[in-house]
Amino acid sequence: MAQAVEKVATSPKEHDALISGSEAIAVACKLADVDVITAYPIRPYDTVMQYVAKLVSNGELDCEYIVAESEHSQFEIVKHASAAGARVFCGSSGVGWMYAFEALTVTPALRIPMVAMVGNRALDDPGAFGVEHNDALAVRDLGWQLVWVDNAQEALDTALIAYRVAEDRRVFLPCAIACDGAFLTHSQSQVKIPPQEWVKRFLPPYNRGDLLLHPDNPITVAPQVNEDWLMEIRKHNDEAMKRSKTVIREAYAEFAKIFGRDYGNPFFEEYQTQDADVVLVGMGTLSMPVKVAIRRMRAEGKKVGFVRIRWFRPFVAEELAATLGRFKAVGIIDRDFSFGSPYTSGVLATEVRAALYPAEKRPPVLAFICGLGGREVTVPDVQRMSEMLLRAAAGERQPLTTWVGIRE
Amino acid sequence: MGRLFAVEIVYRGIFQKNLAKNISRGIALAARHAGKMGISFGRYGDSPERNGIPAKSFAVIGTDEETLQEGMAKYEPKEVDVSIAVDDTLFKGVESWAWYGLQPINRLLRPGGTLIVTSMNGPEALIPMAHRKETPYRLAILKGTPSFSGLWVYKDDHTDVRVLGAIAKVLPDLFTIDDVEKAILEEWSAPLKVTSARKAHERITTRVVSPSEGNLEKTFEFELPKWYEMREGVSIPSIARGAAMTDPVTQQTGGYRPVRNPTFKKYTTRTMRPVVNFDTCVKCTLCWLQCPDSCFDVTPDALYDANMEACCGCGVCEAVCPVENCVTMVNETAFTDNASQWEMWKKDKPAYAAWLQEKIQHKPERSHGFRYRGQYEEQLPPMMEIAGGAGPEDESDKEG
Ligand code: SF4
Ligand code: SF4
Repeated sequence: MAQAVEKVATSPKEHDALISGSEAIAVACKLADVDVITAYPIRPYDTVMQYVAKLVSNGELDCEYIVAESEHSQFEIVKHASAAGARVFCGSSGVGWMYAFEALTVTPALRIPMVAMVGNRALDDPGAFGVEHNDALAVRDLGWQLVWVDNAQEALDTALIAYRVAEDRRVFLPCAIACDGAFLTHSQSQVKIPPQEWVKRFLPPYNRGDLLLHPDNPITVAPQVNEDWLMEIRKHNDEAMKRSKTVIREAYAEFAKIFGRDYGNPFFEEYQTQDADVVLVGMGTLSMPVKVAIRRMRAEGKKVGFVRIRWFRPFVAEELAATLGRFKAVGIIDRDFSFGSPYTSGVLATEVRAALYPAEKRPPVLAFICGLGGREVTVPDVQRMSEMLLRAAAGERQPLTTWVGIRE
Repeated sequence: MGRLFAVEIVYRGIFQKNLAKNISRGIALAARHAGKMGISFGRYGDSPERNGIPAKSFAVIGTDEETLQEGMAKYEPKEVDVSIAVDDTLFKGVESWAWYGLQPINRLLRPGGTLIVTSMNGPEALIPMAHRKETPYRLAILKGTPSFSGLWVYKDDHTDVRVLGAIAKVLPDLFTIDDVEKAILEEWSAPLKVTSARKAHERITTRVVSPSEGNLEKTFEFELPKWYEMREGVSIPSIARGAAMTDPVTQQTGGYRPVRNPTFKKYTTRTMRPVVNFDTCVKCTLCWLQCPDSCFDVTPDALYDANMEACCGCGVCEAVCPVENCVTMVNETAFTDNASQWEMWKKDKPAYAAWLQEKIQHKPERSHGFRYRGQYEEQLPPMMEIAGGAGPEDESDKEG
């Protein structure tokens, strides 16, 4: 394992820093003492690369830092390094992430506990830097754990938690941390950086055990198989993803103990839902304008709440359905699209509807497509969505899917 | 519910893949002329592009559409009416790319079904090679060497239609020779091929193989693990390292025999095997070094013993051996077991010398069609003569 050169004070106290979400992820890499990091520039992911490069050149982080010739190689390199026992970090954005797709499919299949950062970016064409969630969501069926964060502190904390969860032998699946381009990757905010000792206590060393690719442990990895093997192999990953829920809960509880920051329910955050009539549901930084709008509407006596989903994979369907069942109407804000999907909505709306189907209480669900390509989700946008929800709650028929904030 | 027929064609990749396809297509086409409907397919998991590997094609025919559906969306039928081996060395068993373990050539044959083989050998040579079957079945021998017909530049030797003619004889419920004729004219518009098919139909005879006949060897099998018995991450522990060998006479130990995969031996890929003259070997190591499958066990006396559980019969060792006639490839039908040649030699050198001489002196057809330039051209006329289509008529040339 690489040894980080301790330049920053080793005091067992956390310290404050004004850093961006990308920088927070880079700091987490340092704290996690990552061994191999690969990079290939694409905005907004490239900001992480730059911060990591700086940490390496400053002597603060001792790791193999490899700039690959493409995203595909970038992910392949860390996949192999992880198989050989290295703690790895990687990431990309938009079509860069898609270019790595073949590597992204084999990573969970081989039970590689890679931690990656997706700086969410719209898929081409047209070329656009702004956030859409379709890039990260593209791997939702493959065995990647997917978590959305909405601020730099959460990005740092979640990256540490992601290593602990991914590298737990009960799981051994990769984890991608999705960070909204611009709003998170490029904006700096106050972050508490924990001391190395706390992280050491929280994060055990990566131990690949008998799956380690090493001359002393001769194994064959990824052979060719026929129809008589594959279902069993898939079942293995299915069970691991199921176990991941337990491991995530354990990790957040342990995190709260050591770091003193308690995220409550790890899977989704509830905001002003206690007495809410209707709630909006979304992922990522759109939480900020939504929370502002909710406070304003509450001042007008409108009981609107918000549920921010963090973990999209694993998806806690039963728990979420039970929560959403408390309200009279639910609105899903998708910062993504799924053309031709049921009710031509987005990925999240489709998943939430599916989660609700077996539930006892199924409130009306309205789908909203909003904030595509990095367009701001504004307070009036949120108010408009909330008004529609309140009308639906009052029994008024509303369109099942609405594009909000589009010029028309 | 109508009747479902199934025919399998067991062949060697890559050389016979077009031949096998032609036969299974021909079956489906002839069946259509007999008022039935059918499908023709290759076993998907096979790897027919690999040199010599046993692979399968199938034709499944139903008397009506609903019956046919019973045989569709399957990799292979559970049971076949007719099995066809277009290379007689396949009688030793079939280990495909598609499964684990060794399947007897007659495994899928239903009780009373017919195994058709193209061979220059008689039943006395063929039956002991095939594994015993609990129920009797019929054997039909279609005279001929393993055909490459339909491959690349290899000329047509009519093996495909001769097989169709033979099927019409042994399974007339499926189609008649007249249906075969219509199918041939439709698919190939070749009247000469019709003559060959009719000749085969006339001449083919069958002989019952009883459960007391055949190879007693227990085929190696493999039990597939439950999902939770497997390791995660598609990882498989390696097989163990090898160990020293023991001299059967002096009990001296030494040398090295690698441990080999017990469930994936692949020796049924072999149509010929190396026979080594240990008396003339100069211990140059070339065979050991060059064998693509690491088949050579290093003996305590520093000789190189090609392990017949592992050898796929590629012939590289013969090609690289610097001593004349020290390694000779011999057709697989000349052998009944996979015993160690070195042990044989150690135990009784004069007896081994006689055995060796007997195996190599005739240099029987070692492998078909591709061993030297012009070999196929030499072999084609006699094949055509046997087929009777293009060659001179010869009624005394009896099949089977
Ligand atoms: S024929 Fe010779 S070189 Fe080829 S696999 Fe057999 S032993 Fe090895
Ligand atoms: S190549 Fe021939 S001479 Fe050389 S070790 Fe092998 S058998 Fe002996």
